[in-house]
Amino acid sequence: MAEITYVEAIRSAMEDEMRRDDRVLVMGEDVGAKGGVFGATAGLFAAFGEERVIDSPLAEAAIVGVAIGCALAGLRPIAEIQFLDFIPPAMDQIISEAAKIRYRSNGDWSCPMVIRAPCGGGVHVHGALYHSQSLEAMFAHVPGLKVVVPSTPTDAKGLLLAAIRDPDPVCFFEHKALYRSLREEVPDDEYLVPIGQGRVVREGRDISCITYGATVHEAVAAADRLAKDGVQVEVVDLRTVRPLDRSIIISTARKTGKVLVAHEANLAIGVGAEVAAIVAEECFQQLDAPVMRIGGPEIPAIPFAESLAEVYCLGPDKIEAKLRELAAY
Amino acid sequence: MVVSESAPAEMAGLSQDQLRSMYRDMVLGRLLDERILVLNRQGRAPFAISGQGHEAAQVGVGYALRRGHDWLVPYYRDLTLVLVMGMEPKDHLLAALGKAADPNSGARQMPGHYGSRAHNIVTTGSPVATQILHAVGVAQSFRYRKEDTVVVVSVGEGGSSEGDWHEGLNWAAIYHLPVVFLVENNAYAISVPQSRQMAVAHVADRAAGYGMAGAVVDGGDVLAVYRAASEAVERARSGQGPTLLEALCVRLQSHSSDDDQRRYRTAEDLADTRAHDPVVRFRTELEAAGVLLDGDADEIRQECQRLIEAAQEEADQAPVPDAASALMHVYAEA
Repeated sequence: MAEITYVEAIRSAMEDEMRRDDRVLVMGEDVGAKGGVFGATAGLFAAFGEERVIDSPLAEAAIVGVAIGCALAGLRPIAEIQFLDFIPPAMDQIISEAAKIRYRSNGDWSCPMVIRAPCGGGVHVHGALYHSQSLEAMFAHVPGLKVVVPSTPTDAKGLLLAAIRDPDPVCFFEHKALYRSLREEVPDDEYLVPIGQGRVVREGRDISCITYGATVHEAVAAADRLAKDGVQVEVVDLRTVRPLDRSIIISTARKTGKVLVAHEANLAIGVGAEVAAIVAEECFQQLDAPVMRIGGPEIPAIPFAESLAEVYCLGPDKIEAKLRELAAY
Repeated sequence: MVVSESAPAEMAGLSQDQLRSMYRDMVLGRLLDERILVLNRQGRAPFAISGQGHEAAQVGVGYALRRGHDWLVPYYRDLTLVLVMGMEPKDHLLAALGKAADPNSGARQMPGHYGSRAHNIVTTGSPVATQILHAVGVAQSFRYRKEDTVVVVSVGEGGSSEGDWHEGLNWAAIYHLPVVFLVENNAYAISVPQSRQMAVAHVADRAAGYGMAGAVVDGGDVLAVYRAASEAVERARSGQGPTLLEALCVRLQSHSSDDDQRRYRTAEDLADTRAHDPVVRFRTELEAAGVLLDGDADEIRQECQRLIEAAQEEADQAPVPDAASALMHVYAEA
């Protein structure tokens, strides 16, 4: 067991898979000699050469569109978008093309590829409007895509290996605040974390906090505070937002009868609304309180100044307050 | 008519059999296209999109490829080209009638959205020019695997205004990829004339700006297209990079069955377009060269008609998709 950071988990998943399968290649801006702006592809260029680690022109639609072409021709491309905020020019390729290739060809063609992008921000990340967004709900709305948002180094590696081997396009969004702040031991031997399975991070009988991505850690911190007052919060990490793990959502909601859904992305029309709807449809009889949600406010993204960023970001305090509201209901 | 001894040599080095075969494929494409439009007017095919006027460009390019080996990423006017690549008239009648056995999409897409893995024809959607980038990726894969395969991707001149077009040509030129960008320029993007699409005389004028070879060819002259496409394909296959090949075509029909080009094109323009019918032109050339003798053209036409009749009979009998199948193939079946 080696202790590694979240970004090293991402990097080592790609390296391991490129050694195992010569169909795997990486393309994106600065992924070559520089090793990516966050170092996620560090060393790959030297190890595998420019044919497999392709420095793309500064053109996001092309990064995804060319990767789609590689997938159509039988390769297993990994397309890196430098920041999730810069993915909109590639949305046509992702939504109109990658997501629909299997369906529109009646199964004749398929598009096995991974689209990796750093997402998210925070009070101390200083990413501002265009280096901080959490756009996963836009992709989670689209049948044909899978959307993974890992919260730990162990999950990041196991889920990325699963994503590369998946027969369909997978959006893989990595929270940049976790890249170097999080370090844990991960298995040395190959392991896969299946896409579409959530995980109970912390058991509890009183309230469920259903979340994913970096917010998982904030929810655990908040849950620890409530535990001191005897309120046991169960924290569920969805890990994947498409497909959602319905069974873990339903089982935790039925167990506790009180549910808070928390995510960094803008709250309205978000993943939390879908989770709340599943709870309402499947667990109505077992609920002791209305399903509550907490997420980004109605501003476009996280502003630059810390005083403004605090308005957007969740953090343990806001989650704790919401959990206490639910506990008192 | 006496067969001219010199005719084959003058005709791009093609044998008389090859020339007749090219003519036959143009006629088959034309007659099938006409049949699908008739089915639309009869209320049996909900939608049709025509490639009439593009047959010479498509046959010229198709014959320059190693069929069964090279790849095509087509666009919606490429009916004749996908036939040259090996698809059958029945495949497109099944699509026109929305039948389950449509190999392009199982009747999930509108007709004209071609695709067939068996024939190395990549599946296509409706957004214009997205396919350019797919062809670049396909070519990147050929290069990575050190294969001598070439991919042709086609688009109209209107598609060359899209961002994906620019991004794709730029990328392909940087990496010297084995791809031929075929622009079938019929002077109209639905109703918008070329003059409102670009400020240059030819799309291929832009080739130099990307650092790749470019050529403009008379898309009504099948042999000229064949020569130009052969050169482009050879350039790609030998590792010398991509070519921007622009074939000047005519659009004999409206954009689609939901359009009426008489509303935005003058009678003179339409008459001039009809006077440049490439199928008529090639027939005249082959007859003058003695490649087609008296009765040959009629015989070819009848053979194609019989093929289409038989295909339509089969397509008529074929079942529509089972409703339950609508939920399949969103993801790989578990």
